Amino acid sequence: MLYRENGQFKTSYAADQQIFPIAQDRYLILALVAAAFVLVPGVASEYMFRAILIPFLILSLAALGLNILVGYCGQISLGTGGFMAVGAYAAYNFLVRIDGMPAVAAILMGGVCAMAVGVLFGIPSLRIKGLYLAVATLAAQFFCDWAFLRIKWFTNDSSSGSVSVSELHLLGWTIDTPADKYLFCLGFVLLFALVAKNLVRSHIGREWMAMRDMDVAAAVIGIRPVYAKLTAFAVSSFFIGVAGALWGFVHLGSWEPAAFSIDRSFQLLFMVIIGGLGSIMGSFFGAAFIVVLPILLDILGVAVGFNTALASHLTFMVFGALIVFFLIVEPHGLARLWSIGKEKLRLWPFPH
Amino acid sequence: MKLKTLVVGTAAAAALIGATFSTPALAQAKEQFFPVLVYRTGPYAPNGVPFANGYVDYLKLVNARGGINGVKLVFEECETGYATDKGTECYERLKGKNGGATVFQPLSTGITFALTEKAPVDKIPLITAGYGRSESQDGMVFKWNFPIAGTYWVAADALIQQLGKKEGGLDKLKGKKITLVYHDSPFGKEPIPLLQERAKLHGFELAMLPVAHPGVEQKSTWLQIRQSRPDYILLWGWGVMNSTALKEAVATGYPREKMYGVWWAGAEPDVKDVGMGAKGYNAVTMQHGTETNSKIAQDILKELHAKNLGTGPKEEVGQVLYMRGLMSAMFAVEGVKRAQERFGKGKVMLGEQARWGYENLALDQKKLDALGFAGVMRPVSTSCADHMGANWARVHTWDGAKWAFSSDWLQADESILKPMVRAAADKYAAEKKIERRTPADCQS
Repeated sequence: MLYRENGQFKTSYAADQQIFPIAQDRYLILALVAAAFVLVPGVASEYMFRAILIPFLILSLAALGLNILVGYCGQISLGTGGFMAVGAYAAYNFLVRIDGMPAVAAILMGGVCAMAVGVLFGIPSLRIKGLYLAVATLAAQFFCDWAFLRIKWFTNDSSSGSVSVSELHLLGWTIDTPADKYLFCLGFVLLFALVAKNLVRSHIGREWMAMRDMDVAAAVIGIRPVYAKLTAFAVSSFFIGVAGALWGFVHLGSWEPAAFSIDRSFQLLFMVIIGGLGSIMGSFFGAAFIVVLPILLDILGVAVGFNTALASHLTFMVFGALIVFFLIVEPHGLARLWSIGKEKLRLWPFPH
Repeated sequence: MKLKTLVVGTAAAAALIGATFSTPALAQAKEQFFPVLVYRTGPYAPNGVPFANGYVDYLKLVNARGGINGVKLVFEECETGYATDKGTECYERLKGKNGGATVFQPLSTGITFALTEKAPVDKIPLITAGYGRSESQDGMVFKWNFPIAGTYWVAADALIQQLGKKEGGLDKLKGKKITLVYHDSPFGKEPIPLLQERAKLHGFELAMLPVAHPGVEQKSTWLQIRQSRPDYILLWGWGVMNSTALKEAVATGYPREKMYGVWWAGAEPDVKDVGMGAKGYNAVTMQHGTETNSKIAQDILKELHAKNLGTGPKEEVGQVLYMRGLMSAMFAVEGVKRAQERFGKGKVMLGEQARWGYENLALDQKKLDALGFAGVMRPVSTSCADHMGANWARVHTWDGAKWAFSSDWLQADESILKPMVRAAADKYAAEKKIERRTPADCQS
């Protein structure tokens, strides 16, 4: 009923090539975006912004970046946390070392630096594949951890190794309230999601997917593996670097290398796998699952009256069980569940 | 997956979300809210649990005695697992509850750094009793941070003084090799500037060996120690890192008598596994040590544990970290009591008013005796310029079964500390574009 497409005819190529060819989808997403921009800042509490919405948005962006690499191009990476750290520290350095550097430019430059590092660590992917590549990218993670802990220059000679960013400005708009920060992140995420969606629909995205599905066959039909793999690494690291810079600048305000530890890499990889490999929507689902669910379980546990230690242990157990459950029920992730739901709704209420 | 299951699942999830976020705003009178950030799970839990128990027990004790001039305390724990992001989430979750948080004690240097940015905005004071950022002693820049009764710089300074005493004068440290084995995090790096300053002053050789989180991987560190044979080791460790270091010292044959820990590395859980192997190991204490016989510990046993109201096992009462929690909670409560003297007795204090209390703490010997802290600690008196209020420390030594004091009271050398605090605070103020507070602001 809800998804009946009767009468929706595509009369031009442009209409056929839209991101959301079905009208219901289009309006739903438009309404969602509008609500996110207009409704949410009015109703959400400060706790919602700071503890849930902002981390969710930023980690969605990072998951989006990782999904391009892992989901679309098939190159497993465990260096995500490291690339986020590169983005954050590079952006920090641009901000403190260049007078009058605008925050947005610093964040984007952070992304560019992460892109450079990402391409550098992506070079081994030309020779090694699968699990071996995962180990090679792990080196990126450890190298970044080491560099930001040890090389004092990166932290502007901070004695404790912790750096902080003071207030952010964007064209005269001072970003200090939680709602401002949320809108700032939302802008970034929306823009980057749009870019990602269009990239994966274009010829470059098809090259990535061809590499993922079978690299030898892809090379035979004329796709250059070097170009395809390195662009995937570049785009993915750029996204992740920007997410890292936002994580430091907007979410934490002051951070240390531990904020981008190996745990973060695993967390993001889980987001991508649980959300759905090779799906833009899935990155958001995955981020929501990993960010919001533990907090919900924890709050619920405490509300029910468990003591904090027990609640925290239960959260771990339930969360772990849910991950296993979801992967058994639907190995292709939450995004696949979503599309199954849509398929069913197309036939509802008269399945045939 | 069937559509029905999907729909039911979604509905259940939505109900769960709704239930969680629609916590009713209860209007309660005469209740002072103390959020409690703890870590009872994770790699540092063995040390975090006694602290949390002590903290909560003190709040319970105050309530059992009728609250702060009749104002009951309410408290709620939030589990941080010693992770910075979870800590900030807890902060956001608790800061507005029950009429607003009185004070936060982050219990982690990383969380302290993150909250230092947020506290001035939300107008909630932060107490970091004995830890946190050392330059926050300067209240003229750090209006909302209170490292009451000690910072890592005080601890490091006291340790160097103790080493000097052992050698027969600070000048005898010249040419000695002192190695800092530290937890590779802001916490572990905090003492480095002071030690470097002291090294310059006395001419000892300072080597620094970082140990990665959580601290069980120390083989290479101790290989280096075996090679360089330092005269003294300062251990800036936490949790499992401490007992590992002691075991490695036993294996390497490094004399434990020459090892000095920070106060996070000088409690029962750190040495218990090593037992006799740790005999002779020293650690600095920020004033108190194991105080099982102190009046306050006895009071808690009598008024809480005897009535089955206590938190955690009875044997823990009076241990080093338990006492630490107790003392931290005492500061939190005494600040509110002090604030009531100005803003009205028997009233609920807002965060801003409590801040005044923490800035004007005047815990003299008489008050301490009345609270049951006689012999546990020295008087503390904070001011607008000095948010620390006392800079005393002692060293205690593990004799294989218990901790016992092995030094006199040591006072950190203000002539060294003051310029460092000032310089670091000025640097912070310049970075953040904060103006130093004026004397008029001190009255606020």
